[in-house]
Amino acid sequence: MPEAVLVTSPRVPEQAIFSEDVRAGDSFVYEIKRGQFVRIVDLEGNQAVDTLFYNAHDYSDRYSAQDTIRGQQNIYLTTGTKLISSARNVLLTIVADTCGRHDTLGGACATESNMVRYAIEKRFMHACRQSFLKGAMEWSDKTGREFGKKDLTANINFFMNVPVTPAGKLTFEDGVSDAGKYVELRAEMDTLIVISNCPQLNNPCNAYNPTPVRVLIWDVASSI
Amino acid sequence: MISAKEKRLQQPGKLVSLSSEILWEETLHGSSTWSHVLKRGTALRITAEADNANVGALFMNADNSSERLNLPDTLKAQHIARLTTGAVLYSDMGRILCSITDDMLGWHDPLGGCSDAALVAEKFGLLDYQEARNGWHQNALDGFVIELAKYGLDRRDLTMNVNFFSKVEVDKDGSMHFVEKHSKAGDAVELRAEMNTLVILNTCQHPMNPDREYRQIPVRLAAKRVQAPGADDVCRKFRPENERGFTLTERYFL
Repeated sequence: MPEAVLVTSPRVPEQAIFSEDVRAGDSFVYEIKRGQFVRIVDLEGNQAVDTLFYNAHDYSDRYSAQDTIRGQQNIYLTTGTKLISSARNVLLTIVADTCGRHDTLGGACATESNMVRYAIEKRFMHACRQSFLKGAMEWSDKTGREFGKKDLTANINFFMNVPVTPAGKLTFEDGVSDAGKYVELRAEMDTLIVISNCPQLNNPCNAYNPTPVRVLIWDVASSI
Repeated sequence: MISAKEKRLQQPGKLVSLSSEILWEETLHGSSTWSHVLKRGTALRITAEADNANVGALFMNADNSSERLNLPDTLKAQHIARLTTGAVLYSDMGRILCSITDDMLGWHDPLGGCSDAALVAEKFGLLDYQEARNGWHQNALDGFVIELAKYGLDRRDLTMNVNFFSKVEVDKDGSMHFVEKHSKAGDAVELRAEMNTLVILNTCQHPMNPDREYRQIPVRLAAKRVQAPGADDVCRKFRPENERGFTLTERYFL
């Protein structure tokens, strides 16, 4: 893997307008405004943070993995990556990244895919798409807006390392993240964020030890 | 052209294997969209009629459209970033929508996505139907969304798409490269439906193809009746994960 370019942010946690820790196995749904910054902190290291983004005014316009990687001609997400929506809008831009590489091809774990990948008897284990569905349904109840399974598409896995080889193989490697590493994004549109803090216990995406992450938000006025 | 079925009727004494009975054939024109509910137990063979074909494809469970192709699940379950013989297309429910039972190319692209109106206008210029009739400049995204609408579906039902006949390589640093001149006339890929699968195809050029010439490259489609995958099936044996995928798919029909 080539040397990653790490970029730190000038924003300090004391000036954030919002801070919340998301425990492994939980979902987090929150709307941020255009111009705000959102940071996700890998508090203990090697955690996978499965994340979806939506145009806050039209959920059918949502993060598109294929349009994002084709737009930058590179499958890894890092500082400078523009997150492109299915209607080809720029939802957010990654403005700081102290990890260096994030995945968007590995998808989110599900009880069903766990049965395929590991064993049919693994169905009982908690998975990201359980959290995504719960978060989406709760948000729909709260806002009265239609939002559910159809809206769950290919996500970003912040802090996760899923290399693709020139021969066309896809592998899951130990994380390149560490305690305290973070990724920070600027919202270019009003954006709904949906996070599942991954509970996976069957693969090294989170070092077999799911841990909490922190979500921080800065307002436009407090940004430097 | 006489179909295999008609041939068999003309030659009643000759035994034709049910494993390759052709139900019908048709040509899918370039830069156009096609859809069909491919029934479990049938297969679709797609053959390029000219060089540099591209066939964008979406797949969903025709009996429950909330179950759709999930390319991340497909890639990670089989540890692949390319599609060829043996690989299967997984839904988000751990089941197999279609299997790739035969392939002459060795690489079909799951990464590049589909073209849209702005990309086509930027690359080839605007050319509308009034002016160009069937030669007008179309894009894959509009084709997919219009076809979805015919089944009561919409933009929320769009997923990542496959691009058959195209190849996008990924370097060690993650950079993506479209490989030119990958497919030739006569190249073919065959998809066996493991579920009743709504298949939507679009033949617009690959969005990463640097060719500045707008081209309409047709493909030949042949629907076939095929035998159920046996214990030694090439797709079932491709990965231990696929054994479980087939088991879960078979249980769905019990």
